[in-house]
Amino acid sequence: MSEFVSGTLTAKNIHLSFGSNHVLRGIDLHVEKGTTASVIGPSGSGKSTLLRVMNRLIEPEQGDILLDGRSVLKDNPDELRRRIGMVFQQFNLFPHKTVAENITLALRKLRGMSKEQAREEALAQLDLVGLKHKADARPANLSGGQQQRVAIARALAMKPEVMFFDEATSALDPELVKGVLALMADLAKGGMTMVVVTHEMGFSRNVSDTVTFMDAGIVVESGSPEQLFTEPRTERLKGFLSDVL
Amino acid sequence: MDYLNQLAETFLNWKVIGEVLPSMFAVGLPNTIVLAAISGVIGTLLGMVLALMGISRNPVARWAARVYTDVFRGLPAVLTILVIGLGFGPIVRELTGISSPYPMGIAALSLMSAAYIGEIFRSGIQSVDKGQLEATRALGFGYGASMRLVVVPQGVRRVLPALVNQFIALIKESSLVFTLGLMSSERELFQIGQDAAARSGNLSGYVAAAIFYLALTIPLTHFVNWIDRRLRSGRPEKKEPDEVAAVVGKGAHV
Repeated sequence: MSEFVSGTLTAKNIHLSFGSNHVLRGIDLHVEKGTTASVIGPSGSGKSTLLRVMNRLIEPEQGDILLDGRSVLKDNPDELRRRIGMVFQQFNLFPHKTVAENITLALRKLRGMSKEQAREEALAQLDLVGLKHKADARPANLSGGQQQRVAIARALAMKPEVMFFDEATSALDPELVKGVLALMADLAKGGMTMVVVTHEMGFSRNVSDTVTFMDAGIVVESGSPEQLFTEPRTERLKGFLSDVL
Repeated sequence: MDYLNQLAETFLNWKVIGEVLPSMFAVGLPNTIVLAAISGVIGTLLGMVLALMGISRNPVARWAARVYTDVFRGLPAVLTILVIGLGFGPIVRELTGISSPYPMGIAALSLMSAAYIGEIFRSGIQSVDKGQLEATRALGFGYGASMRLVVVPQGVRRVLPALVNQFIALIKESSLVFTLGLMSSERELFQIGQDAAARSGNLSGYVAAAIFYLALTIPLTHFVNWIDRRLRSGRPEKKEPDEVAAVVGKGAHV
């Protein structure tokens, strides 16, 4: 039984160029409802850009994005992004607002909640990530791990159908990585649909349901973690794994 | 000693200063404050519009803001005030029947300060990390709302000291509206000092005006320093160990 109302996300034949740089060259990605897909690959392979295209922070030049089987490219992109939570490498909390206000901003302005309702919801979300006692602190007074958990709470408060994680632990001190990964693993077990761009091979292997290996703007291999990590078929994946493991 | 006495007599003739004080308080000070405050408010609003145009994705808006800023920042204040006051004054008088040059002075000061304030706001807004806009948009806010709710407030906060400096400059520049020929009740601090100097043949009237200007600007200068210090060190980086990290996510095998 899932704790979340999650959706199925499909990207079909996504193309994108920045000038003459063809960053995404026909990417296909299918994330079944309630599952976690991790996307791995070397820096500059287009992983983070793919996430931004799938929630239309960047519009694709070609291809389609489907949520629960329906194309979302004609929808209002702002409304699409309310259905997809996103967590960033650099946390991107709002430094001029308190932890609770970071969460209530969207609840009040986009979900139309009253101040009290929003505060209550924010505290509930903070409780889930173990940071209710920090509700009135400023982000700058939190550790990186705490900030990232607030960022996750901020995204979850919008009751997204899918969660994106863009190298969510890459900017953290090593001792803080575990807490954030554990929280992400809990979400995955709770039935959230997740797309996780990561350099954490342990997470990719143990928590995700599917793994997609990208290099130079294409999907080189994808399948179960077992398949990719124990029997890589391509030289590129073999080389990548021997570099990172 | 003769020279010292001569200087004291020229600058610190208490009789002249005493005579000019009542009209400084009653007329000059309020007029200077009104001139500076109104043009400060209009300049700030217009400056914000210019800043947003300056960072807009619309090239026409960017270009218009650029031209405006270059022109009004590039001209001497006295020239702008004269040209606007003497050039547009008669038209305004014909249209509205207002013959006072006072509103034209305010208009010129506002237009000038808007150019400077626009650049101050633009630099502040552009200094905000791009991730802030991205994170706000990722939550589902549009571009305008993201700028209004998250990016602009942070940018403005960073440039508050520069903004207050601009207000200080404005208080001083307000003295230049005398060039438009003010009516007796419209005179600001400088004009009153100048009139007293002309009447008495002694510079103490200017000294009286100087004291009033300093009384306005020095507290603002210290206010800037105070804001600056607060922005720098107001939020100490007090990091705590991540003790709760172990509590959440128990049972995860990572």
